[in-house]
Amino acid sequence: MSNKVLETIGLTKYFYEPSKFKVLDNISMSIDHGEFVSVVGKSGCGKSTLLYLLSTMDTDYEGKILIHEEDVTGKKDVDLARIRNENIGFVFQFHYLLSEYNALKNVMLPGLKLGKLSEEELEHQAMEYLKTLGMHDQALKRPRQLSGGQKQRVAIARALINNPLIIMGDEPTGNLDKKNSDMVFDIFKQLAQEHNQTILVVTHDVEFASKTNRIITMEDGMIIS
Amino acid sequence: MNHRLVQNIAFHMLRARLKQTIIAAVGVTFGIAMFISLVSFMNGMNDLLDGLMLNRTPHIRLYNEIKPVESQPVILSEEYKNNINFISSIKPKDRGKAIYNSQTIIDVLKKDKRVLDVAPKVVTPVFFHSGTIEISGVINGIAIAAEESLFKFSDYIREGKITDLEQNNSIIIGAGLATKMMLSVGDVIKITTPKGNLASLKIVGISQIGIAEIDDVMSTTSISTAQKLLGEATNYMTDIQLKLHDIEMAPQMAKEFRSKFELDAIDYQTANAQFETGTRIRTIISYSVGVVLLIVAGFGIYNILNMLIYEKMDSIAILKATGFSGSDVKWIFLLLSLIIGVTGGVFGLFFGFIFSRIIDVIPFVTASLPTVKTYPMNYNPIFYVIGITFAIVTTLVAGLFPALKASKVDPVEIIRGK
Ligand SMILES: Nc1ncnc2c1ncn2[C@@H]1O[C@H](COP(=O)(O)OP(=O)(O)OP(=O)(O)O)[C@@H](O)[C@H]1O
Ligand SMILES: [Mg+2]
Repeated sequence: MSNKVLETIGLTKYFYEPSKFKVLDNISMSIDHGEFVSVVGKSGCGKSTLLYLLSTMDTDYEGKILIHEEDVTGKKDVDLARIRNENIGFVFQFHYLLSEYNALKNVMLPGLKLGKLSEEELEHQAMEYLKTLGMHDQALKRPRQLSGGQKQRVAIARALINNPLIIMGDEPTGNLDKKNSDMVFDIFKQLAQEHNQTILVVTHDVEFASKTNRIITMEDGMIIS
Repeated sequence: MNHRLVQNIAFHMLRARLKQTIIAAVGVTFGIAMFISLVSFMNGMNDLLDGLMLNRTPHIRLYNEIKPVESQPVILSEEYKNNINFISSIKPKDRGKAIYNSQTIIDVLKKDKRVLDVAPKVVTPVFFHSGTIEISGVINGIAIAAEESLFKFSDYIREGKITDLEQNNSIIIGAGLATKMMLSVGDVIKITTPKGNLASLKIVGISQIGIAEIDDVMSTTSISTAQKLLGEATNYMTDIQLKLHDIEMAPQMAKEFRSKFELDAIDYQTANAQFETGTRIRTIISYSVGVVLLIVAGFGIYNILNMLIYEKMDSIAILKATGFSGSDVKWIFLLLSLIIGVTGGVFGLFFGFIFSRIIDVIPFVTASLPTVKTYPMNYNPIFYVIGITFAIVTTLVAGLFPALKASKVDPVEIIRGK
């Protein structure tokens, strides 16, 4: 069995509004287990679009996407939801926590959905992740009682809870100051090095990118290096 | 699908919007409460009026009608068998009103398992005399015990007791008749029968059915007194009244008895066809008002859910991004509306019951219904079952469209939009 976590074959996507145009042009690439990859490129070159396709949330494309050697193209909504739940952790530029729940419950939510661990086990696990991210004393706060950097750390803990194959981030530090983005980067790096976690991050931050294992550069919907 | 998780999310979303939730639920409560009290009242009214009719009309009445002989001689003739025969100016044949073989028929009927009770009766038109005036009326000669068990006649006796009729030559007269002739209990009334017999009867009571036309002409005596008045034997009777176990079988059984005993037979349904229409209309009105109220409540729920969905777009996007499927999201919102519907509905049943109790004690005094003191209510549990079913169905339908919309939310669009 090969080591590929994620692979695309001839991935092409069009937008039809306001007029038809090709956002992604025949993208073929793969990411191996344990790699820490950053995607860079000019604004509007299609980085986010690519990430949404890889995340299986956007299913309107041509070509193939394989997650853990399994072709996910054309699968049903329920199956894709399960794949996302089990294999993919997300961190967005904006934190997107559920305002109804406290930090701890937000972290536990994907785990509760997966239903592999009991609630107590999950709570323990979630607490562990929050502790690693220095957030355990904030666990019972609601999202609106947290700072931007703190929210982003809760979001990272949530991405980790189901022990996913890959963590994806779309400018996860874009909304944070230098100090906080350094901290988020350190967390990612630590995850990659110590836990062999596969990470794919879209970023504008050149300094951030330069510290990753591999940089994918995009231009006009194509990978140029 | 993880039911407990879906429930938990729905609960938390509702709690965040408690005020609107309560308003939506109150809409349902109001609709159901109104529905329950209205249906209970209308049905109470129906029961009252049904009772009025049922106590007057037997399920099946057997009697002899004056009418022409059905098989005229020409039809029996072999010679004209294949012809079409026109006969004009047929006159009815008076076979007398008496039912022949009455005792045998009663015995047969009493053995029939479908028949609850049998009451024979003698009905005859008479003239009542009061000074110089004559008033036409009717005397019902009844078998006291049977009549009481079939029609609860004592409910309609304003003065006196039904058992007083057991005395010889006693009579209970209608309230209208009593007023017209200025008679009261203890007086003696003079009567002429169609055959010219004269008799004096002692008034032992005054009855009031509640229908003026009847109270103006009807009087009641025992069957033996009536037979004596008419100078007939003790097997003379003009009507046999039946009460059945199942009133729905009346039309069919009436048909059966008609041919079996060669008598005329009329069933309750046919006799009260017009009355049935009134009952049905009252039922339709109460149900349609209830449904309309619930539809209004349904729109309320639809609105609040739609609003909630716009408010919770981010939450929906994040749920989907972290692995909740469209159908999970749909169930969350369906559950939201179900919670509103069930809570609103249960409170509605409760308040509906309270309102019914209140209406139940409001005085309702009418001269025509001596035994009724307050507004009639019917507390049939089936109304409550229908009510809660209505509430749940309405809220589910109202919640379905918003829920489907929520399930189709494209998370990419929301996440990009930020
Ligand atoms: N829903 C849409 N309909 C039509 N065009 C779109 C839509 N979303 C994005 N685009 C276009 O597709 C292109 C790629 O967008 P995308 O968001 O992937 O860029 P990006 O590389 O992530 O840029 P940035 O670095 O600014 O986030 C852009 O030209 C954008 O205008
Ligand atoms: Mg982008």
